[in-house]
Amino acid sequence: MRGTLVIFRRELQSYFATPLAYVFIVIFLVMAGALTFFLGNFFERGQADLQPFFTFHPWLYLVLIPALAMRLWAEERRSGTIELFLTLPISMAAAVLGKFLASWAFAGIALLLTFPFWITVNYLGHPDNGVIVASYIGSFLMAGAFLAIGAALSALTKNQVIAFVVTAAVCFLFTVSGSPVVLGFLNGWAPQSVLRTVASFSFLTHFNAIVRGVIDLRDAVFFLSVIAVFLFANAILVDLKKAD
Amino acid sequence: MNDMIAVRHLTKRFGPITAVDDVSFAVSRGEVLGFLGPNGAGKSTTMKMITGFLAPTSGTAVICGADIVDASIAAKRHIGYLPEGAPAYPDMTPAGFLDFIAHIRGFHGEQARQRIAVAVERTQLHSVLHQPIETLSKGFKRRVGLAQALLHEPDVLVLDEPTDGLDPNQKHEVRRLISALAAEKAIVISTHLLEEVDAICTRAIVIAGGRVLADGTPAELAARSRHHNAVRLALVRDGGDATTALMRLPGVVAVEPVEDVEGSALMIFPRAGGSIIAEVTDLVRTAGWSVAALRVERGRLDDVFRSITLGGKA
Repeated sequence: MRGTLVIFRRELQSYFATPLAYVFIVIFLVMAGALTFFLGNFFERGQADLQPFFTFHPWLYLVLIPALAMRLWAEERRSGTIELFLTLPISMAAAVLGKFLASWAFAGIALLLTFPFWITVNYLGHPDNGVIVASYIGSFLMAGAFLAIGAALSALTKNQVIAFVVTAAVCFLFTVSGSPVVLGFLNGWAPQSVLRTVASFSFLTHFNAIVRGVIDLRDAVFFLSVIAVFLFANAILVDLKKAD
Repeated sequence: MNDMIAVRHLTKRFGPITAVDDVSFAVSRGEVLGFLGPNGAGKSTTMKMITGFLAPTSGTAVICGADIVDASIAAKRHIGYLPEGAPAYPDMTPAGFLDFIAHIRGFHGEQARQRIAVAVERTQLHSVLHQPIETLSKGFKRRVGLAQALLHEPDVLVLDEPTDGLDPNQKHEVRRLISALAAEKAIVISTHLLEEVDAICTRAIVIAGGRVLADGTPAELAARSRHHNAVRLALVRDGGDATTALMRLPGVVAVEPVEDVEGSALMIFPRAGGSIIAEVTDLVRTAGWSVAALRVERGRLDDVFRSITLGGKA
């Protein structure tokens, strides 16, 4: 897995080689703050917890994560470096994993930089830090799932904008698949088993369970499975589309 | 095992289109193989299969004993590859890029530094080491690509149009570099520049429509030209009787007036394979013509190339 590590380092550095990293982190922090304090009524609620902060993460990720994932493969294909990259003595697994882990680590860095919220809430009261840690882990896992979807879809096109839009759309479907809108659409004609399956894919349901402090291994396993499935699809898609 | 590259019945189909059709050849150490063909002939596709980027529809290539299909990582270790257009990560500097290549090829610390230093020295990259690659000129980008391909001292070099888009000085530099490396490696270069084949290749393969149409040394290929052994004769003053006199020589089949950058002259074609220089000089002496220039043509690659790739006869 030496190859994975070398690719991981290059990819992570390449985020910081362009303004993307700084723009992303600043916008992520500003939006997280704005949503928490204005829409989430952080102060008015009068409770020392970070629930208003975490509640908005799925929606924040929906907009921002595709921007992190879109360049992973689309850019390699557009600039032709994919031909160089895939003729190096590395396995496809190492290539896919290295890229994904770099983007996930970057998302993790952005998430860690929200620590002032945690300090604030601890200064104001006595929150359940166990729940906060679990929420951070849940948020990180969800970011990974979004990124895995985005990485796989970015292998489909040379155009980063298309990769962004398609990823955002697919991630939206995964996010809301448990909501009344989607289930109401299926209700009445699709069998109950289909309804239950669709609902079970909802990022929102799994994430909210973690944020409420109900730590269930199944929610973590769900996100990790989504990551695994889409990384597998990523490898297949790269192989199929690399020469187009 | 003498062959560093053994290409066996390589075939690639894209849907109904056969891009590469049953191509076989071998390259051994010390050879520089020129891969010639018009655009779209299947040169790049063949190279992409040899280097393991594309999976062949059928057939395979064996690189230093490692099969590119079954043991692709082992085979890729032996190859240095410059893809068409010399792609490199635009936001990296050559220093950062070569460092990445060195590490992914398994070099560390002092060893990596040394390899990079040698590659930089060979490709003369010192002056731009710390500029982003996207700001470099075409010539420097090409050299970054070459440095990357040479870094691990591969036994096999595959270079797709290494001099395309370079100015004459840069072309000369790249060719000198390739010639300097030729002795201890097996090198395949693709090109559509015939002068390049003459300049650096020890062997040439002409490919068109995905098939190998000719395989030989540049001299052998040139010998297939109708200009092979033809005599170019420029007279100070041509009274008009020279053509008739030359046509009477037994070895001559045709005399054509030519007009080109060297001036006007007569091109005298021999019967297939024959040599007529002795006959011509005898005639010149007896007729008492004053000669401005006299030369035996060795044959023209572009003639051969055109006639082979257009399906005619040389």
